[in-house]
Amino acid sequence: MRKTPFYTCHTKANAKIIEFCNYLLPLNYGSQIREHEIVREDAGMFDVSHMQVTDVMGKDRKRFLRFLLSNDVYKLDQIGIGKALYSVMLNDAAGIVDDLVVYLLDGKYRIVSNAATKEKLLSWIVEKSTDYDVDIDPCSNLAMIAIQGPNAIDKVIRAIPAVTEKLKELKPFNSFNYDEFLFARTGYTGEDGLEIMFKDQYAEEFWQQMLAVKILPCGLGARDTLRLEAGMNLYGHDMDEKTTPSECGLDWVVDTTDESRNFIGKNAYLDLKFRTDASKTQVGVILEGKGVLREGQLILSDGDEVGIITSGTFSPTLKKSIAFARVSCINRSSMVNIRGNLESISFVKLPFVRNGKIISKLLV
Amino acid sequence: MYTNDMKFLESHEWVKVLDSDIVCIGISDHAQGLLGDIVYLELPKIGRQIKMNDTVGVVESVKAASDLYSPVSGEVIEVNGLVVSNPEIVNSSPHEDGWLFKVRLSNLTELGSLLNVDDYRKNL
Repeated sequence: MRKTPFYTCHTKANAKIIEFCNYLLPLNYGSQIREHEIVREDAGMFDVSHMQVTDVMGKDRKRFLRFLLSNDVYKLDQIGIGKALYSVMLNDAAGIVDDLVVYLLDGKYRIVSNAATKEKLLSWIVEKSTDYDVDIDPCSNLAMIAIQGPNAIDKVIRAIPAVTEKLKELKPFNSFNYDEFLFARTGYTGEDGLEIMFKDQYAEEFWQQMLAVKILPCGLGARDTLRLEAGMNLYGHDMDEKTTPSECGLDWVVDTTDESRNFIGKNAYLDLKFRTDASKTQVGVILEGKGVLREGQLILSDGDEVGIITSGTFSPTLKKSIAFARVSCINRSSMVNIRGNLESISFVKLPFVRNGKIISKLLV
Repeated sequence: MYTNDMKFLESHEWVKVLDSDIVCIGISDHAQGLLGDIVYLELPKIGRQIKMNDTVGVVESVKAASDLYSPVSGEVIEVNGLVVSNPEIVNSSPHEDGWLFKVRLSNLTELGSLLNVDDYRKNL
């Protein structure tokens, strides 16, 4: 079992520690719902050092990533160093191998991907890179922390006045280096905020600096309810190697603008996309009554199975249960089967919440 | 929090005798801690005849759904409406205000087979 560089910070804060992807991580520090509200209303911090960080260097790095990723890193050049892009990697059948954020940095690209897929991803990247002159560095000894919430950036400025100007200028999905710290305006909560990467030796001091400006620690539990409200997929639940981007709401990360660009899974993706008999889509689901939607529950329409919940929870913001579902059709008479009882649901466009406000719109 | 008048199932339900054959049932402080923020309760209907170890309801937290087992046999005579509309009370007061339902026992000797407070806490 591995510990992150913030481990002693968690135990000092009375975290309930659980095992997650071979790491010991905080589930909550008392109340998951309270931590969720802190991020929606103020500012919270998450230890995300378990995420996989991989640097790609070498002269073919751009050509390689244009082949490896569904989204086109060519777009990063238009904005310049620091710019970030969300993407997936597809297999030859257009199933999703992993999802990630790629940053254009000075002389390299940095990929941040899931903890659950660490080994698989590294061997995938190495295997696909044989014809390219690239160096792959699976960065170890890095700490990564997400500071999220409407007051996140203001509070970080208060804690680290030296970065005031740079943080004020920083645009969403952009990053900059300050000393050995990489500040990125990205996140997984639907709120404004930062993800910051640095050498693990600075972790405890950094944590203390954030606590001093009343950025409160938040655990994996709140991270999950926040990302669900924000309409963001979780790998292994809402998508996997058998799910295509079209089936999980990610067509927007497959860039086919440059017809001359070949990337892994492109042909299968295009074939499937225009086959209407294979079409499933991702929708948001709200449970009308009481109860909690959970992964694996089936959606029925006039007795026929038309979909499945891929992840669900209780939404602290909506005060109702919400979920993502993969469905072949949606209509007003659809119901969900919860432990043998059919319950009323409504279908909405994702996300449910953005920047603290409920924005979900009914689809039917 | 844990008092000597409580008896337990290993699955973390507690029983307190209120009046000769009337008992009150809830889940332990340890169980609410494991579950985290409780957001929904499905409790047995009044009048239902239940048996010891029957699945009689569900406790759902943000994290997971957990079956609720009955530690006794008998007839359900009351459910706690306050916790149905405010499930978080089970987190804040699992042994008092957060009780779940009351039963009129059909077999008083069953109580002797339950864990006492020391044995229950030893197993945690």
